[in-house]
Amino acid sequence: MNKVMDIKNFYFTYAKAPKPSLKNINLPIYENKVTALIGPSGCGKSTLLRSLNRIHDLYPGNKYEGEVLLKDLETGEMENILEYKKENELINLRQRVGMIFQKPTPFPMNVFDNISYGLKLMGKKNKSELEGRVEDALKGAALWEEVKERLKDDARGLSGGQQQRLCIARAIAVEPEVLLMDEPTSALDPISTIAIEELVAKLKDKVTIAIVTHNMQQASRISDYTAFMYLGELIEYGSTEQIFLNPKEKRTADYIAGKFG
Amino acid sequence: MRLVINKIVLFLSTLAAVLGLIFLFWILITLTIKGVAALNIHLFTNDLVNNGLRNLFIGQFILALIAVILGVPIGMAAGIYLQEYSFNNKFASFIRNLSDVMMSAPSIVIGTFVYAVVVNPVGHMNGWAGAIALAILMLPIVVRTTDDMLGLVPKELREAGVAIGAPKYKVIFNIIIKAAKVGIMTGLLLAFARIIGETAPLLFTSGNSQYFTLNLNQEFPSLTVAIYTLATMPDKHLVEIAWAGAFILTVFVLIINLLGRYITKEKK
Repeated sequence: MNKVMDIKNFYFTYAKAPKPSLKNINLPIYENKVTALIGPSGCGKSTLLRSLNRIHDLYPGNKYEGEVLLKDLETGEMENILEYKKENELINLRQRVGMIFQKPTPFPMNVFDNISYGLKLMGKKNKSELEGRVEDALKGAALWEEVKERLKDDARGLSGGQQQRLCIARAIAVEPEVLLMDEPTSALDPISTIAIEELVAKLKDKVTIAIVTHNMQQASRISDYTAFMYLGELIEYGSTEQIFLNPKEKRTADYIAGKFG
Repeated sequence: MRLVINKIVLFLSTLAAVLGLIFLFWILITLTIKGVAALNIHLFTNDLVNNGLRNLFIGQFILALIAVILGVPIGMAAGIYLQEYSFNNKFASFIRNLSDVMMSAPSIVIGTFVYAVVVNPVGHMNGWAGAIALAILMLPIVVRTTDDMLGLVPKELREAGVAIGAPKYKVIFNIIIKAAKVGIMTGLLLAFARIIGETAPLLFTSGNSQYFTLNLNQEFPSLTVAIYTLATMPDKHLVEIAWAGAFILTVFVLIINLLGRYITKEKK
């Protein structure tokens, strides 16, 4: 199995924090698999996820240490994304590693422009190509049938679940290698949640997914691998089956059994 | 005992409110009666030299418009810097405080300042000086509005923009400003309403002119300055023209304010 990302001896310290929030994380992300990060609030799972596209760089003073490797598509070599310094290196990274947030984040523009925004940034201007890729992305996010008549409507008028699928469509339109999802269903109703979960299962043929969730049933339903984190450390990592049925660490077992959270 | 105090406080505050409202309505009613009585079509078709107001309306509007053209880009740029680039450092809080102080500075002080730095070197009053004074007056309002309205945009939207691969300036201009558009527009409209009725900053910067002119290098017609001058004239007819001008100005400012409220309500 191929690793598409590999996190090695990784430490992360927030600006002005006296101690690192993530300590010595070692975690592989396998290609075309879903990796779930679980753990109680404040364990650092979102912090870790947000390191993988270096979105922490938006705020000054945060510090990364160690290695976060991402496979180069052409050469197949692993490249340390923490060494990126120039803005276009970071932009390129974010086009390869997309992100979905907890709350849906439709841009203040119509549905079509939302999806084509990332494509236009990549320099795609041809109208028919854009139309084709917008349609593909919306179909890929299982939203096409619902919005094909409303492409010129403001995206903020869609329902919450539709907005989240719109964000997924927007992210997959630029064909990233990895998609990071930060509790993508925690602001949604159960039916929308199921739609997103089905989508995740469908998407993993094309894109590798890393998902943070505090819903353990969700992790067990949709992921292939699970990492359990606690107080900034990776306590246990393994196949989802093994973590849920046969955890090696007592803390993992206690958390999964709902003894703390 | 507590009930008694409660009643006294309630009575006093109601009294204060009623007292304030009485004066407000007194002003408005007097203005309406005297203003409407003096209104006629002649005012709109003639310049001040012929006892009309036409050149004054146009002049006042042009001054305010140029002030907007000068003040809005600078103010918005400062607001964008404060909210998007400064990360609330010490310089940013210095600018914010300075801007707030400027907002409460008496407008006559700004007029004096412009007199010293623009009118004096040039040697005579001119339209540009008036427009600059108004621009300075609206600057802190624009800074504050932009800063506050951008601050209301959730940070997730910025992160989402960056996460799709947009450079920061594009996130700000394509996404964040659009998301804050309604608030910013309302703020700009209110800033415009604020400066359109100003007299003090124009009094000795652009002065006034009896004639129609578009030449900003000379004294420039201004409705507010004209109202001030006309109102102190012994000629009764000229005082009536001042009433009409004051009434029209008030209605205009009221309309802008209502428009601002309407936009906010419609879009939210």
